[in-house]
Amino acid sequence: MTAAPDALDTLAALRTQMSRLEAGTIAPPLETHPALAGLVQLRAGAAYSVDSATLALALLAGPSRAGAWSGVVGVRDFGAEAAAALGVDLGRTVLVPDPGEQWLEVTAALVDVATVVVVQPAGRVAPGTAEKLAARLRKRGAALVALERTRGDWPRCEVRLTTRAPAWSGVGEGHGHLRSRRLLVEAQRGTAPPRRGALWFPAEDQTWRRAESPVALAPEVEVAS
Amino acid sequence: MGRVMVVWCPDWPVVAALAEAGLPTHLPAAVFHANTVVACTAAARSSGVRRGMRRRDAQGRCPELLVHPANPDRDTRAFEPVLAAVEEQHPGVSPLRPGLAALRAPGRFHGGEAPGAALLAERLVGVGIWDCRFGAADELFTAEQAARRAERQDCLVIEPGESVGFLRGLSVESLDDLEGGRDAVSLLRRLGIRSLGELADLSATDVRDRFGRQVAWVHRVLGGDGAVPLATRTPPPELACHVDFEPPLDNAETIGFSVRQTVDRFVEGLAGHGLVCTEVLVEARCEGHAEPASARVWLHPRWFGSAELVDRVHWQLQGGFRAGEVTAPVDRVAFTPLTVVPDAVHADGLWGGTDERVERGIARVQGMLGHEAVVRPVVQGGRGPADRQALVPWGERPTGLRDPGLPWPGSIPPPAPARVFAEPRPAGMVTHLRQPVSVDPRGAVVGEPARFRTDPAADWQPVAAWAGPWPVEELWWETDPRRIARFQVVGADGRAWLLTWSEPDQWWTEAAYD
Repeated sequence: MTAAPDALDTLAALRTQMSRLEAGTIAPPLETHPALAGLVQLRAGAAYSVDSATLALALLAGPSRAGAWSGVVGVRDFGAEAAAALGVDLGRTVLVPDPGEQWLEVTAALVDVATVVVVQPAGRVAPGTAEKLAARLRKRGAALVALERTRGDWPRCEVRLTTRAPAWSGVGEGHGHLRSRRLLVEAQRGTAPPRRGALWFPAEDQTWRRAESPVALAPEVEVAS
Repeated sequence: MGRVMVVWCPDWPVVAALAEAGLPTHLPAAVFHANTVVACTAAARSSGVRRGMRRRDAQGRCPELLVHPANPDRDTRAFEPVLAAVEEQHPGVSPLRPGLAALRAPGRFHGGEAPGAALLAERLVGVGIWDCRFGAADELFTAEQAARRAERQDCLVIEPGESVGFLRGLSVESLDDLEGGRDAVSLLRRLGIRSLGELADLSATDVRDRFGRQVAWVHRVLGGDGAVPLATRTPPPELACHVDFEPPLDNAETIGFSVRQTVDRFVEGLAGHGLVCTEVLVEARCEGHAEPASARVWLHPRWFGSAELVDRVHWQLQGGFRAGEVTAPVDRVAFTPLTVVPDAVHADGLWGGTDERVERGIARVQGMLGHEAVVRPVVQGGRGPADRQALVPWGERPTGLRDPGLPWPGSIPPPAPARVFAEPRPAGMVTHLRQPVSVDPRGAVVGEPARFRTDPAADWQPVAAWAGPWPVEELWWETDPRRIARFQVVGADGRAWLLTWSEPDQWWTEAAYD
């Protein structure tokens, strides 16, 4: 009878270990931009896909604010000012705007040195290529953010972030200027139901934060770490 | 800490300009930058020309004034023989800026400070510098001020312990030449502080908070402290290396391979002096030419090893051959160390410490794609989004950046667009009646924007909202001015774009708020 609590403890420990193995997320978490908290948590060794340049910069900003190096490959239209506004440390950002045919080698080389690498592939990426890079990412403890031109360019993403219904305010019929944008973000993780959230990207005061969840959307699923 | 002597050659920019033009220095002449006088000769000064004066005013006061453009490179180049002359007598000279250098004050060997200065003056007159002045004191700032108050070819010696008394009597204008000094002087005068003595009576914290580091340093000096060790320049001549090719080579790969031994010798030569090189000038000379065809200064955030230097040579020549800069086979490659540091202090990099792993990884990418392919984004000032940023090749120092702190009228208020196209794409904007929208010379929009497309391949979509125009007249002083106006446009899908109208009725997509 006395052994029962011990056995329960062991069982619980084994269960957590099993769940970790199943989820495949033994990798340490990386700093993530506070606006994205609850939607996505960057982890070393994983690939993420986004469909918006601002979101890619926001993912880059998390580790960069914490002092990590970041790499950007294949993005010819990098907005340095927007990146700086989100908190990306430009002094520790390595940009290769036009890697041409050698984008894979360049990305692999930057994965060696940077904690998070944004890559914009020219087209669909073969699953084998993505797998090779993923192995490299796990080994080096870096995260990869694929900025996709069309959805599904990057196979096997940990989390796929899509933006919907951007609503700009501050601009009218020939007056005002763009001030703030409300954006719905959907984070699809495997086959689990997506997490949704509304973001002020940016808010009226040029900060980047979470907006209160809209009523119309389904309630957020519980956040599993 | 030892005594310091400062050598000052007054009006150096204009002396250098006249020397290059082969003219004597008794003529009225001035060097201009941004249309204002930077430096002028004594003759010009006696006609009423002053620093900061506009060119028109200066020429009004002195019609025979010789006008030269400012050129910091020329100033440095012309100062080099002066430094060499001083070094012949006193090794360990620390150049402060062109026209000003510091050294350890000559000791008993030369018979004391004043006789030592006289010997130096003789030497400088020998290389054609008639106007040189010397100051000696306990530390740098006082010595510089003393030199500025010395007679021509003479030395003003501030005896040990008398610096504070000497400095307290000086006016605050003495701070003019410090970094940010002009603003500090203006502010001090408005505060009613006229002499350095009155500045000394302020609290150290207040001075640091209000006037910055440089003035705070002077404040410490005024308190009898703040002596800084001189960063002496190590004379580089014997450390420079070159390699001659016989027969001349016409291929970047072969040259890269052939310079290897020389580069090893160069790095070892520096190491023999306990030095490492962080800035090096690489020059390649073509067959049959006296001047180097390709010269480039390379910086390294840590220091150059031989493999890295070979890479730089390779990149430079590859770029040179491609750009048509190097047209004939190369018969000489020369390396000159520009900045050397003792190998004990190399730990800190230029950008706050780049670790070696990062440097190696980046060098690998540069090796794959060429060195211009890897860049560092920098924010600068400008009106259009593309003007507001710059991409600096990795390992080069950004030059000619515009100040982002200035107001830049005509620029678009934040947020900044996340996508900025390097090359604007042709776009279109029409009214309900499919008439093109344009902007009249007074900056008003002609026609109501109703439909737009961001790309010739994209579909036309309705305009949900728009703002603008932000008109800018670029190059209006040229014969062919360009009038443009920027618009923020939100499409029916909620995405926002930055479209630009330019004369004559052409629309471009410059950036996207993606």
